[in-house]
This record gives sequence, C-alpha cells and structure tokens, in this order.
Amino acid sequence: MNAQKLLELADDELILGWRNSEWTGIAPLLEEDVAFSSIAQNEIGHARAWYELAARELGTTADELAFDRQPDEYRCSTLVQLRLVPDWARTIARHCVYERSDQARIEALKQSEDAEVAGLAAKIDREEAYHRMHAEMWSERLKDEPRFSAALEELEPLFDVRDEHVPEFAALWEEMTMVRRSVAGATW
Amino acid sequence: MVTEQQVWDALAEIPDPEIPVISLVDLGVIRSVDVSRDQVRVEFTPTFLGCPALEVMRDAMAERIAALGVQPDVQVISDDSWSTDRITPAGREKLRASGFAPPALRELGGPKLVQLQSNAFRCPYCGSQDTALENIFGPTPCRSVRYCRSCRQPFEQFKTI
Repeated sequence: MNAQKLLELADDELILGWRNSEWTGIAPLLEEDVAFSSIAQNEIGHARAWYELAARELGTTADELAFDRQPDEYRCSTLVQLRLVPDWARTIARHCVYERSDQARIEALKQSEDAEVAGLAAKIDREEAYHRMHAEMWSERLKDEPRFSAALEELEPLFDVRDEHVPEFAALWEEMTMVRRSVAGATW
Repeated sequence: MVTEQQVWDALAEIPDPEIPVISLVDLGVIRSVDVSRDQVRVEFTPTFLGCPALEVMRDAMAERIAALGVQPDVQVISDDSWSTDRITPAGREKLRASGFAPPALRELGGPKLVQLQSNAFRCPYCGSQDTALENIFGPTPCRSVRYCRSCRQPFEQFKTI
C-alpha cells in the first residue's frame, strides 16, 4: 500500500489518540475518564502498527515518523486536530463522526490485496468494535440535545479535509515532539 | 538439543504481566514454536495493539529461551490470528477463579452493545447472571467493568475480541 495513505491512517489515529487523552483526569464522569484514556491507548497502538508498515516502505522507523517530522508533514484530518476539551457535546460528536467514517475505511482496508494491510485492518476492527459501541451508547443518550446535533452538523464534513492544519495543531505538535526534539532518538 | 516441548513448557511458566494468574500459553498469544539447530523462533501475536505489556512479554520469552541455551528469535505478528477464543479452557478457568469473568465465545458472533447491556454474563464470584454493564472500558484495554446485583460485587469482564 502507498506509504502516504498509510501515513494518513497513522496520523489520524495518533492525533485523535492524543486529543482523546486530553480528557484523562477531567472527563465529566469517572467512567468516561477511563473510557477516553483506554480509547486513546488503542488508537495510539493502531497508529504504531500503521507507522511500522509505512516505515518499512520508507526505510525509517515508527518513532521517527510519529515524532520527528515537521508540522506540515502530518497528513491527519482536520477533524482529529481540533482541541475540543472541555466541550463534551462536540467531543462525543467527533467520536461518532470519526468512528463511522473510520469503520467504512477499515472495511475497505480489510479487502486490500496487500495481506499485511488486510490482516492488520481486521485486527484493528476487533478493537474498534468497542469504540463504536461506546459512540453508539452516547449518541443514543444525547440524540435530543441541540448542542450535540449542532456539533454533528459542524464536524461531519471535516473527516475528509486534509489540506491545512488548524491553528491549535501547532501547540499539540510542540508538546508531542518535545522529548524527541530535546533528546534525539529517545525511546520509551 | 532443545525439544519443541521444552520450549512450550518454558513459555508456559511466563505469567501475563497484567493478569499474572494466566500464562502466555494459556492466553493463546504464542502462535508457533520452531526449533532449529541452535535457534528457536517463536511467533507471537499481541492481544491489543496498544498493549503496553508487549515488550515485556517479548523480552520475557527471549530470556526464557536463552536460558535453555539457544538463540531466541521472537517475532511479533500483527495480523488477525488472535482472538479471545484462543484462550485455553484452563486459562478461562484460571481467569474465573481469580475474579475475571472469561470472555464470551466468539462463535456466538462479534460483540454487540445490546448483548453487553443484557445479563448474558455470569458473575465470577457467585455465578449469578443478574449482572449489569458499568463501563465498556476498564483498567486495561482487554477488560470491561460489570456489577453483580446479586452479591453486590463489581467485577472485570474480559472483552470478546
């Protein structure tokens, strides 16, 4: 599979994982603190697996792709870049929009002619099933809430937008790459 | 010369780093063991891709194999060959006995929210099916949290994946 496409996937999962982790410790319910932390962990695990495939094609490593690129080299969707803390309605709306769009993408990847891509997509799909159930549960709970409906309308078109970065992406990049910029090649 | 059985026996002594009551062999994450003259190749599949115990498991396997006097070659395989159906019957019983409800079998179909919200799961402490979903997510990616209305005990449910 084309390395640039793999990077889109990996960047989406890494940056969304990062944004989800911003709820750790401050979610409106303890259960959601645990849920968003766990979802973040899964997404970053998926990012690593996609980066490893891309790294092999590009002759580099997953860590270099995740942390050593310049901001304008990240190919993630506008949807995942937005910093939505502390807005719960928009956070859940993004979660619903992302999981739905990502499901369609994973289904297509499961049919890939590249056996490694298809196998990895199938493995990821098993985990994503739980993210989708979580999104479904919240969507049911908030469906009559006007702020949630407005957020869905605002965020739905953004999954396929990748042409430029939102302003708050700069601060995320600064923080995310700080360790590797301070100590080249750091591992953890 | 080391035999394949000696390797399996050695690997069966490695506890899961996060649920130490069961071994890596019970967990079904070791897909194959291949013994050649002075090297042992092990193929192993992660449970969840973001599992932070991955490196610990890989290093523990390499260490055990090296202790048998052969060169370890532990390969992490990120394909779709692991599901919770690979947990052995002995592993499922060890989970239950230590307060983790074992995963539902995959043959019943993939997980659905209505199923998780139903009382289809049994309390590992008292055996009652009067249990409720508290949280799809739990302390590690592989677990959900449930509550038993009968013995009033929260418990962790291994997710079916």
